[in-house]
Amino acid sequence: MLVTVRLFARLREIAGAAEVPVEVPGGATVGDAWTALALRHPELQAYASSVSCAVNEEYARLTAPLNDGDEVAFLPPVSGG
Amino acid sequence: MPQRLRVSPARFRVSGDPLDAAEVAAAVAASHDGAIVTFIGLVRNHNAGRHVQFLEYEAFAPLAVKSFARIADEAAGRWPSVTLAIHHRTGRLQIGEASVAIAAASPHRADAFAASRYAIERIKQITPIWKHEHFDGGEVWIEGATADPEDEAARAAALERACS
Repeated sequence: MLVTVRLFARLREIAGAAEVPVEVPGGATVGDAWTALALRHPELQAYASSVSCAVNEEYARLTAPLNDGDEVAFLPPVSGG
Repeated sequence: MPQRLRVSPARFRVSGDPLDAAEVAAAVAASHDGAIVTFIGLVRNHNAGRHVQFLEYEAFAPLAVKSFARIADEAAGRWPSVTLAIHHRTGRLQIGEASVAIAAASPHRADAFAASRYAIERIKQITPIWKHEHFDGGEVWIEGATADPEDEAARAAALERACS
């Protein structure tokens, strides 16, 4: 199935795109989508322990299951304010 | 003559428009309140020993707005009389410009002060917004907290700062 991954800040720069389609097998989790993306862009691996995520514009866990067409956002550590 | 309706501005907002302290305060003003605390966060000309030229703010706007509503709900759990409004700016900001505006309204000032402090601490912990700092000699993405709204230790730390 196909999910759309959105990337922000340094993660966006590493991947060279704000939005990336990622193919994952049925039953995949958010963490699986991250792993697939990090294989394409090894520099992302530096964020493996600090990244957080959202699915369809709600905070989620890396263990959350994905559905076809979901929008997954990966968030590097935040610095608003 | 028909009665003039007063349309309240949105309480939670992320946009590229300049921030207006009066507007964020107006979003929470109510006749039963005795105090409104407004907090304005500004772009500073120095950070970590670097001379800052300007900042660029990037946001995941829909989730950032939801994070503001969530922070207001959390604050209402601790200070039930407080109403919060939070506006955050994105894009390129010059030194001295306002990046965030928070208003906390309450019948009594102590709760308004505490809730506004809690809000800025929580924004820095969980809101998906990032600073791209351009300084003399380079640029860097500022990376603070891993955004996890369910991290109870982080929430407790924000409450502790708000109440100290």
